[in-house]
Amino acid sequence: MSGNPTLERVAQGEGLALCAAGNWTARFAPMLERIVSDAEKLRGSRQHIFIDVSQVAKLDTFGAWLIERLRRSLSDATAEAKIAGLSANYSTLVDEVRRVSAVPKVDSDPLSVTGMFEQIGRTVVGIGGTILSLIDMLGAVLAAVGNVLIHPRSFRLTSTVHHLEQVCWRAVPIVVLITFLIGCIISQQGIFHFRQFGADIFVVDMLGVLVLREIGVLLVAIMVAGRSGSAYTAELGSMKMREEIDALRTMGFDPIEVLILPRMLAIMLALPILAFLGAMAALYGGGLVAWLYGGVDPEAFLLRLRDAISINHFIVGMIKAPVMAAVIGIVACVEGLAVQGSAESLGQHTTSSVVKGIFFVIVMDGVFAIFFASIGM
Amino acid sequence: MAEQESDAIIRVRDITVQFGKTRVLDGLDLDVKRGEILGFVGPSGAGKSVLTRTIIGLVPKVSGRIEVFGVDLDAANFAERRGVERRWGILFQQGALFSSLTVRQNIQFPVREYLRVSQRLLDEIMVAKLGMVGLKPEVADRYPSELSGGMVKRVALARALALDPELVFLDEPTSGLDPIGAGDFDELVRTLQRTLGLTVFMVTHDLDSLYTACDRIAVLGNGKIIAAGSIADMKASQHPWLQQYFNGKRARAVVG
Repeated sequence: MSGNPTLERVAQGEGLALCAAGNWTARFAPMLERIVSDAEKLRGSRQHIFIDVSQVAKLDTFGAWLIERLRRSLSDATAEAKIAGLSANYSTLVDEVRRVSAVPKVDSDPLSVTGMFEQIGRTVVGIGGTILSLIDMLGAVLAAVGNVLIHPRSFRLTSTVHHLEQVCWRAVPIVVLITFLIGCIISQQGIFHFRQFGADIFVVDMLGVLVLREIGVLLVAIMVAGRSGSAYTAELGSMKMREEIDALRTMGFDPIEVLILPRMLAIMLALPILAFLGAMAALYGGGLVAWLYGGVDPEAFLLRLRDAISINHFIVGMIKAPVMAAVIGIVACVEGLAVQGSAESLGQHTTSSVVKGIFFVIVMDGVFAIFFASIGM
Repeated sequence: MAEQESDAIIRVRDITVQFGKTRVLDGLDLDVKRGEILGFVGPSGAGKSVLTRTIIGLVPKVSGRIEVFGVDLDAANFAERRGVERRWGILFQQGALFSSLTVRQNIQFPVREYLRVSQRLLDEIMVAKLGMVGLKPEVADRYPSELSGGMVKRVALARALALDPELVFLDEPTSGLDPIGAGDFDELVRTLQRTLGLTVFMVTHDLDSLYTACDRIAVLGNGKIIAAGSIADMKASQHPWLQQYFNGKRARAVVG
């Protein structure tokens, strides 16, 4: 291409002239950089160095800076290199880049053993911080509940109903579908293995206890954490990013009362309902498979179910549901309010909302298992 | 590519843009000449940003033809389009900086993508661009959320200028800047236009900018360009909105 930039060296007695020509623009930046770093080695002992730019066809910031960089590196205490042949148009540009001073270094931490230990320490402290902030949020929510009880008119019914629709009503199809399939699978696996010792009918016991007591509520809680916990975090997080939460606060509203309480109520109402529907769907699916695959007809199934399970199993499941919902909601809200300014931070907190939510749900389930076993339910 | 030599760097012909049943742009024609600073004004909600976004290809149009650098953007293949995109820079109204990258990374991003140059040159160019928009190199390692509104604008301009484009779109560049900052900004746009032969398409409401920075003004109304010309033409126009805009109380304050 004819526009390629060049830099010719012309000896002039004691001095040296560097004649630049062609297009000194961003397009040719990689080539320019090579030319300039070659020329920078010319420093040597020469006294007078000029850079003649009168032949340059086009100059932009890249070209101007590289010429300036060349000028600087060819200058020393005794002699300064000069730029000659600069047109009036380009001289403002060169003046502009002449102001470029030292480039700040990126401070990057070198990988070190102390650094790794520091990271571990910070993570451990972070866990403590997480638990504290969960308790903090729980307290704030309870305070908001107290406030709403004293001033019932400050309760946001519309918002609560809206969130109830999002969290509960819209979740029904997917929750019912998945629990139905899980019920089918449990039933099929049970029959397949129990049949080997002629205990087909016990699949009903297993299905009933498992679904009503454990799987139903745990599975639904995990789905709600993934579906609604993440949504809560993302909503609150993006509101935080755009200073909407600050705006609310300055108008004299408590963000906890306006944003978080309706969400908490919605999720705590939604989870028991979904867990109930899920349990029914799983029992239905299990029963269907027991009938079609295991030959247990519906009447026998129901009769056996009535004998095998007591109301206690159902109550245990229903007691766990709102507590798990509260844990998911609080984790999601804490994470949402912890979002900083960047999109990356929003993503991180949404991820950790779901991960922590599911983790705490399973921990709670374990605690409940011990508790109910101790009181003999 | 013969057309590239012609005067108009952007040529918009008869474009129509519609959202649902609302027709925002209705058979609009516009030329932006090489090397000029075009100020683009119009009442709020008239579709100034829509036109900008249509030209740069973010909003689909119902009909019409848009040529930038002589390339018909609808007919262009991927490589041609990339070529055009490399030659323009865009300053969005809210800055649109990448929030998870630092200022340094934001400005270096387009350069790094398009040119294979050393990290040293990337850093130097970054500092040069920061200097051009009036920021100190110390802000280089801050994140966008740690910048003030005016600084975000400046960094966004620095990013738009990172590859030394021939054409820049500025969407309300001086909104949110203090009057001195806005004045500097106008001056800066002028300087860049002189030195780099830049063509500037500026959507603005700032009368000062219109007076000091713009060579030509185009006015949008009812989905069409209702007037285009110099400040004097605008003031002489009989159109009621123009009368109000250029001869109103605020305009008199600017002229003094």
